[in-house]
Amino acid sequence: MTNISGQFAIVGIGDSDVGRDLGRSAMDLKLQAITRALADSGLEKNAIDGVLTRPSRSEPQFNFSAVLAGRLGIEPRFVSDIALGGASSASMVLNAVGALAAGLCTTVLCVNGDAQTSHGNRRGRLTNWIEDFESAYGMIGAPASYGLPARRHMHEYGTTSRQFGAIAVAARKHASLNPNATFRTPITLEDHQASRFIAEPFHLLDCCPVTDGAGAVIITSAERARDMAKMPIYLLGLGQHNTHAEVQYSGSMTSPAMRLASRRAYNMAGLEPQDIDFANLYDCFTYVVLVTLEDYGFCKKGEGGPFVEGGRIEIGGELPVNTGGGLLSQAHSSGFLHITETARQLRGVCGVRQVKDAEVGIVSGQCGVTGINACLILGNHRN
Amino acid sequence: MASTRPYIPVANPDTQAFWDGAGRGELMLQRCVVCQAFRHPPSPICHNCLSNKHEWLKASGRGTVFTFVVVRQAPARGWGDRVPYVVAVVALEEGPHYLTNIVGIAPEAVTIGMPVEVMFEELDGTTKLPVFRPR
Repeated sequence: MTNISGQFAIVGIGDSDVGRDLGRSAMDLKLQAITRALADSGLEKNAIDGVLTRPSRSEPQFNFSAVLAGRLGIEPRFVSDIALGGASSASMVLNAVGALAAGLCTTVLCVNGDAQTSHGNRRGRLTNWIEDFESAYGMIGAPASYGLPARRHMHEYGTTSRQFGAIAVAARKHASLNPNATFRTPITLEDHQASRFIAEPFHLLDCCPVTDGAGAVIITSAERARDMAKMPIYLLGLGQHNTHAEVQYSGSMTSPAMRLASRRAYNMAGLEPQDIDFANLYDCFTYVVLVTLEDYGFCKKGEGGPFVEGGRIEIGGELPVNTGGGLLSQAHSSGFLHITETARQLRGVCGVRQVKDAEVGIVSGQCGVTGINACLILGNHRN
Repeated sequence: MASTRPYIPVANPDTQAFWDGAGRGELMLQRCVVCQAFRHPPSPICHNCLSNKHEWLKASGRGTVFTFVVVRQAPARGWGDRVPYVVAVVALEEGPHYLTNIVGIAPEAVTIGMPVEVMFEELDGTTKLPVFRPR
């Protein structure tokens, strides 16, 4: 392991105004500290390609690092929320160095702070002002928010609900071959079309159910891995990108974070889409798989619909997708089972659902309604 | 008549002018006084040039439907008597997108590109919510 002591440094410093009852939001104070740090550094905002922060107690917010990036008008390649109480600030610096050393980004902004005396959490519940522009309109829960880019994709490219259905059918077929899956009874395209609408264009069978489950992996150096009991699965490529946290304001609604996240992973691995044997792609909704296939380069932009038809993404097809059943049919587990399934496929231990001659697999993890994507390329030998 | 909507927005220092405007029946947008970029949702600084100097302007209230969903299963308690309803992104004439509901039209008749205009729904006697209808 390389010693990184002295290899990284702080180059910009900024504090916000401080006090009690300032009458300003935590967002305002963080942005003030950030603009002062940028001015101190002399860097342009677009030099920032990593953002680490912690959601404010007074303004709780999912995916806050990406929301903050949106307010700065930047699209970083690395965002993460560090929620470790009083250790969060120091941990941000530690994680920043880790990300820099790993080559995941070049210039990281770390910012932390709050405004609890000024307006606090007056609602008595965990919510915040960003929700005022969503929940007041009944955009509550994932189906409505993911339905917005799905409908736009149908409009721009002629994608159909039956094409979304092909993704659900493939996932269920694969789950039927997986003894550790929640939903194992095969479905047809007609079942998909006949299932009730949740948030149109999404039928029930476009949406992953709420399920329980967890996954874990242990990672060490390739050197140590040689002496382990089981076949090591190598991390060949890693890439992340962030285009938005609030899809409704995105300027690239149907071409989101997946393209650059995967490009970075391909470049690190020295591989291209045609070198990938199978894909396990985050599938909270069928549409997300379709847009990921396009932006991971398995077909041209806009051609995800025709690509998923005709069994191409089923085991035995050209590119098996979500070979364990995915979030749609195996279990949610925040997508972790896509990682464990990929590693097992590469060990060749998947029995009746084994992808033949699998050597390289790709994994997508996403959130922020397609605006935050992390891509992993795994292989059963080092390049 | 007050609405049956189960969620009432609460203004904070960044959004006070927006909700005050809505209460008057005006759709308010921030504009950066340095680079002139309009922005929504409200933010203390400009996403384009990072200036913290802004003004609030009354928007035209006109736009077109950029995309939408028809919510047919109530997503939370309190929404059951509102389904089906349309959640839409409206591209405002000034540029920003605004997430909203399309009202005054059957959900099946809403289309992408449809011209719409703002109207205001009273929530609780003091708060009003901007929604859009066909124009």
